[in-house]
Amino acid sequence: MMEAESTVKYTAKDFASDQDVRWCPGCGDYSILKQVQAVLPEVGVKKEDVVFISGIGCSSRFPYYMNTYGMHSIHGRAPSVAMGLKVANPNLSVWVITGDGDALSIGGNHLIHALRRNIDMNVLLFNNEIYGLTKGQYSPTSPQGKLTKSSPLGSVDQPFNPLALCFGAGATFIGRAMDRDPKHLRTTLLEASKHVGTSLLEIYQNCNVFNDGAFFSMTEKDTKPKNVLFLEEGQPLVFGAEQEFGIRIDGFNPVVVNRADYSDDDLWIHNSADKGKAYMLTEMFEDPTQSDMPRPFGVFYKTDRPIYEKGVIAQIDNAKSKLGEGDLDELLQGKFTWDID
Amino acid sequence: MMEAIDKKDITVLFAGDSGDGMQLTGTQFTQTSALHGNDVSTFPNFPAEIRAPQGTVAGVSGFQLKFGNHKIFTPGDACDVLVAMNAAALKANLGKLKKGGQLIVNIDGFDKKNLRLAHMDADLDPLRDEVVAPYQLIKLDITKLTRETLAETSLGKKEVDRCKNMFVLGYVYWMYSRDLSSTITFLKEKFGKKPEILEANLKVLEAGYHFGDTNEEFTSRFKVDPAPLSAGRYRSVTGNQAAALGLVSAANVSGLELVYGSYPITPASDILHELAKHKRFGVKTIQAEDEIAAVCSAIGASFAGALAVTASSGPGIALKGEAIGLEAMLELPMVIVNVQRGGPSTGLPTKTEQADLLQALYGRNGECPVPVFAAATPVDCFNMAYLSAKVALEHMTPVFFLSDGYIANGSEPWKYPSKKDLTPIKFAFAKEANGDSFLPYKRNEDLVRPWAVPGTPGLEHRVGGLEKENETGNVSYVPENHEFMVKTRAAKVAAISKYLPKQEIESGDITAKTLVLGWGSTFGAIKTAVEKCCLDGDSVAHSHLRYIEPMPANMEEFIAGFEKILVPEINNGQLIKVLKAKFDAEFIPLNKIQGLPFTASEIEAKIKSIL
Repeated sequence: MMEAESTVKYTAKDFASDQDVRWCPGCGDYSILKQVQAVLPEVGVKKEDVVFISGIGCSSRFPYYMNTYGMHSIHGRAPSVAMGLKVANPNLSVWVITGDGDALSIGGNHLIHALRRNIDMNVLLFNNEIYGLTKGQYSPTSPQGKLTKSSPLGSVDQPFNPLALCFGAGATFIGRAMDRDPKHLRTTLLEASKHVGTSLLEIYQNCNVFNDGAFFSMTEKDTKPKNVLFLEEGQPLVFGAEQEFGIRIDGFNPVVVNRADYSDDDLWIHNSADKGKAYMLTEMFEDPTQSDMPRPFGVFYKTDRPIYEKGVIAQIDNAKSKLGEGDLDELLQGKFTWDID
Repeated sequence: MMEAIDKKDITVLFAGDSGDGMQLTGTQFTQTSALHGNDVSTFPNFPAEIRAPQGTVAGVSGFQLKFGNHKIFTPGDACDVLVAMNAAALKANLGKLKKGGQLIVNIDGFDKKNLRLAHMDADLDPLRDEVVAPYQLIKLDITKLTRETLAETSLGKKEVDRCKNMFVLGYVYWMYSRDLSSTITFLKEKFGKKPEILEANLKVLEAGYHFGDTNEEFTSRFKVDPAPLSAGRYRSVTGNQAAALGLVSAANVSGLELVYGSYPITPASDILHELAKHKRFGVKTIQAEDEIAAVCSAIGASFAGALAVTASSGPGIALKGEAIGLEAMLELPMVIVNVQRGGPSTGLPTKTEQADLLQALYGRNGECPVPVFAAATPVDCFNMAYLSAKVALEHMTPVFFLSDGYIANGSEPWKYPSKKDLTPIKFAFAKEANGDSFLPYKRNEDLVRPWAVPGTPGLEHRVGGLEKENETGNVSYVPENHEFMVKTRAAKVAAISKYLPKQEIESGDITAKTLVLGWGSTFGAIKTAVEKCCLDGDSVAHSHLRYIEPMPANMEEFIAGFEKILVPEINNGQLIKVLKAKFDAEFIPLNKIQGLPFTASEIEAKIKSIL
């Protein structure tokens, strides 16, 4: 984001609205809300310049709990509302709050086009692999065979790989975090907020009512070290309780190796500017309990590319500086006129 | 040189294959006639396919215009002149030519191949006596004459043949004693970078003109004097251009940026094309990924404090329905333009219809009143688009502005206003709290809420599609609150009526007990028909409804003054349903659902039958 920096020193409390938070007790959304409120003072934007736009779904109640400008819009359309907002006022710090159904099902079209345009905003995609607000149907990220109210014999649909989809759509920043690792979430949120262009952060979020434990293999203490790989810029890809495993690139394939057998220089060194490696990271998407490959978290990829709303405004500024500010009387008159006496 | 015969008015129809350049020929003739001082009304009529199969009836493109030495309100019923570039154009349009009218044909377009493509008997001469006897037939081999004119050029045959329409135009200019200069200027601008093509077009245009002058075969030449239009400076404008200019003007007068979110659709795209040119005025156009994104980007822009506009035609408006409901719930200003076309579904994309009125009034979930205004003529699109924006901004509501394919593509002379003539637009952004804290849904005496835009310190607030508590705007499920808010939003829209001009008689007999009440693009045909009836001694009046939701405050009283009210509509009876639900009077329908506007004589006949 490139908004005017705030001189006021805020605390997390300044960003909390007076409304009672009404998510189910134990919902992963609470943790994300807390981290967003905590990170905003660090982002350093004036409170009145911050706007949260959401669609529909549990996560989309988010703007009501933020003491900023906000809009709870309609299902799937938050990226489009945000586009209009940024085109009208590029100085705003815009945050789109969306879920796996909102962003990837009903709003899939808007998400890919927002990423293609590279609008300067932050998209937080709360992925709980379930429809929560409609009480438990499978979502476009639910694993195949998922038993839900709408799929009593198991879902037939192949799920999306959200980050691969976003990367394919031309995202200039993609990353992954989880509700149950607030420290890492906060760092990644801050990274996302600094990106100039659309940042897309997928956040694994536990729905303890309709899909409890969907990500426990990656979020709980006993299994997390084996199943999760935290990406750090310039550092080798390592994981495990003792950081005993590393990842090497063999041809075009990542392979898990014992760190004892290799020097760190031989391991895959994370470089978020490397597009080819970013693609490989998005494809590290097997169920980590069924494979030796961990699931990556952190910033996968970031790059600079022209920003849509800046392009729109540059054309206007250019026209004004070349031809001068428009004169309405001249416009109304047009090119050809004639007089009648 | 022969003496030209004086005429009051003339209706010309240029008809040819989609690729024959008839639209350009028609617009040029219109421009020149307007510059000559005639009043003009036009009706471009073309197929939905960009290049429909060549030579077929489906591929015929037509441009009809009427010009006269008096006020002209329609592009004419029957034609005085028909230019048919091929057999299909003749087959599709001969019925529109008046007995005794001039039939100009390009004989090259009547060979066996063209007859076969037009599904006409290839062994029968399509221009045989029994067919053409009622008309003055003028046979020209335009293809040959064009090629001969350009014998020296290095252009290819295809490019040479593309100049055919300039021969026709030059010839018709001669027939009506017109000046070539405006078209010469136009061609110079259009082909300035392609000198050879420019030269070819100019040569053929002049050749067509001189051909009329030197060929003794042609005996009639006509003259249509300037119309007594009110004094002033004029330009020509189409409805879509006028709508675009109305929106730019409203933004300019209110000191706001115009953000236009749209997705290409016939026949609304020309508004996007026009607005995209006006970047110097701070006009931001967004070509969104779909209709929903288009309206939602306008919602975002309205939240940010811009004059937000989205436009489409019926199918696109259907997609925007949920978002329009959100904008009504948020109570933010927006103009939604619907340039109507034949429906339902994809319907008749390039043909006109007025069948989206009920969609505009009722096409959303829940109780969701939105003001609905409609333009009567191409020029009126300027006024109504401007007023739609003014009402949206002053009353914090989305406003529907209805136009249709007929007036959107049609053009007429416009005594354009200057900025100082435009009605002021009165609104202000909220700058400070209106209570102990900021209450985004605390209303003024017109039930209008404050507009606080992001970036304003201290007024941070949340809006959304969930029902909101009165004043605070916080989410509320309280039963009584919902009923109160539904009624309040309706009352806010109803309160606009006191700011609208009163419903009045447009023309005709002010003592009449029979009224023709129209809305939208039927204006010209109704006015012409009513004036004609009055000349015949009939007692009938014309009134035109521009504000359909809410209606003008005096509407009930106005309606009560008539015994019979004829309601002509290019649909199956939509306004009449609304009128019957609101008022107790004898409403008589007159409907036409052919993708075509009414002719004045159709309305005249109906008036005579009910008097």
